[in-house]
Amino acid sequence: MKLQDMYQEIILDHYRNPHGRGLREPFDAEVHHVNPTCGDEVTLRVKVDGDTLTDVSYEGMGCSISQASVSAMYDLVVGRSVQDALATGDDFMKLMQAKGDQAVADELEDSLEDAVAFAGVSKYPARIKCALMSWMALKDASARAWGGPAA
Amino acid sequence: MTATAPRSTTERAPLPLDVAAVRADFPILGRSVRDGKPLVYLDSGATSQKPRQVLDAERWFYENVNAAPHRGAHALAEEATEAYEAARATIASFIGGQPDEVVFTRNSTEAINLVAYAMSNAVTAKEPEFRRYAVGQGDEVVVTEMEHHANLVPWQQLCERTGATLRWLGLTDDGRLDLSDLDTVVNERTKLVTVTQQSNILGTMPPLQPIIERAHAVGALVMVDGAQSVPHQPVDVAALGADFLVFSGHKMLGPTGVGVLWGRAEVLAALPPFLTGGSMIEVVRMEGSTFAPPPQRFEAGVPMTAQVIGLAAACDYLTALGMENVLAHEEALTEYALAELQAIPGVTVIGPVDTVARGGAISFTVEGIHPHDVGQVLDDQGIAVRVGHHCAWPVVRRYGVPATTRATFYVHTGYDDVDALVEGVRHAQRFFGVDTQVEEAR
Repeated sequence: MKLQDMYQEIILDHYRNPHGRGLREPFDAEVHHVNPTCGDEVTLRVKVDGDTLTDVSYEGMGCSISQASVSAMYDLVVGRSVQDALATGDDFMKLMQAKGDQAVADELEDSLEDAVAFAGVSKYPARIKCALMSWMALKDASARAWGGPAA
Repeated sequence: MTATAPRSTTERAPLPLDVAAVRADFPILGRSVRDGKPLVYLDSGATSQKPRQVLDAERWFYENVNAAPHRGAHALAEEATEAYEAARATIASFIGGQPDEVVFTRNSTEAINLVAYAMSNAVTAKEPEFRRYAVGQGDEVVVTEMEHHANLVPWQQLCERTGATLRWLGLTDDGRLDLSDLDTVVNERTKLVTVTQQSNILGTMPPLQPIIERAHAVGALVMVDGAQSVPHQPVDVAALGADFLVFSGHKMLGPTGVGVLWGRAEVLAALPPFLTGGSMIEVVRMEGSTFAPPPQRFEAGVPMTAQVIGLAAACDYLTALGMENVLAHEEALTEYALAELQAIPGVTVIGPVDTVARGGAISFTVEGIHPHDVGQVLDDQGIAVRVGHHCAWPVVRRYGVPATTRATFYVHTGYDDVDALVEGVRHAQRFFGVDTQVEEAR
């Protein structure tokens, strides 16, 4: 059944029990992103030490896909270098553009870990933005943090 | 995942429209979606489906008459002009107006922008007769908190361009317009009051008469947003008494790309143009131009002729059904749907929960499931609803929800569609495992 392709158990687990949720201090940059077509919102903070993302904290409201995506992203990027995190974000973008192609998902599994479960979302164009919102916020916040720690 | 729907116990009033006969006119309702599921279309509030009669009218125009109206003197140009103006007369008659008071626009949004830009263009118009409705500092424009973005953002922008002040009427907790401060919000400084005749998200039909009377008592113009009312209830501009009425063709069985601004003749005559160019002029010289009288003054460029003809066919189709019947049909469905949806534990209707002064747009939330996810499960069963803020972000904010799921009804909707929706919502609760949680919490 198609619906289960999108709502993988791993996605529903992240939705029900999000990892890393909550806004934390200290942080170097904070961004607020919205999905204007549906009203989903996320506020996301990053803490960078050297070139390492030492924390990503967030608050948001939105559908299961957007909320599970930010939780899975937290697991993937915290403790990694900013460059690695952004490269992972590029892989996630590739997954979202794959239109459900299993070969693409298989190829990206090592890089995306749990987040490869979002492959089913890529079959539903209207929901891709939900999955991407937190990754866009991370890219934005990292770029701002790169400019130097917040005052 | 198979479960039998509990048989509804809600009474079903006989429906005024013959649903099977109406459905036979809509080719798209015969298709399936998502691996063979029959389409249950409950998103007419976003855009309506089109009966064959409308599609045939557009095709007839292109195959037999196509030419640019109001230009040229060849046979086709004459016939195209005649067909275009005959369609204008049909559409005017549908709302009880005069043909020269009907201006064709792209949609309601453009019709509203036309008036908003005309009012700021009036400030700098070189013609003294076009300055009558100019707005500026010290003037006020009044909207309501219930408006679609299309009837809010253009007025915010008008105020930013001119220095005028935007004010608004608020909402009550039960989804109605709050008129308790009408006499202070609408006052001697008010230049224009604009209000929806039926909320696209709440379904509410606000009482327009006290607003129109108050606005006219202080010398303000009144615009009525009929995007969600003209398709669903009889509207007569003479009885209404407003100065402007806007509506969209695509929401009333007509084509996309055509909307209407109806304006009282003397008001339109005093407004400067919004878009300028060909066919809206009187005399053009290199130094400057003068403009045609309405409605041509507001119809620059070759118009959406085939779409106007399609819209006239839609008006004929609705007239044949009878707009009183359309209203009664949707009221019966709404009463049934409100009862059935609210019988589901965890479902909350956002908006009036009775059918008094209320149309067939039902927004709701399902405890523990985000509206997008509700919509996705419904979609998987072939049920098309809208999710999100429905271009009325202040409304969802007012009621403290991030978004809603919205079902809207029309002439082809039957009790079976509502039953599918209700069963779909129950299915979503089972899918996300919130059905038992909700029961246990009670």
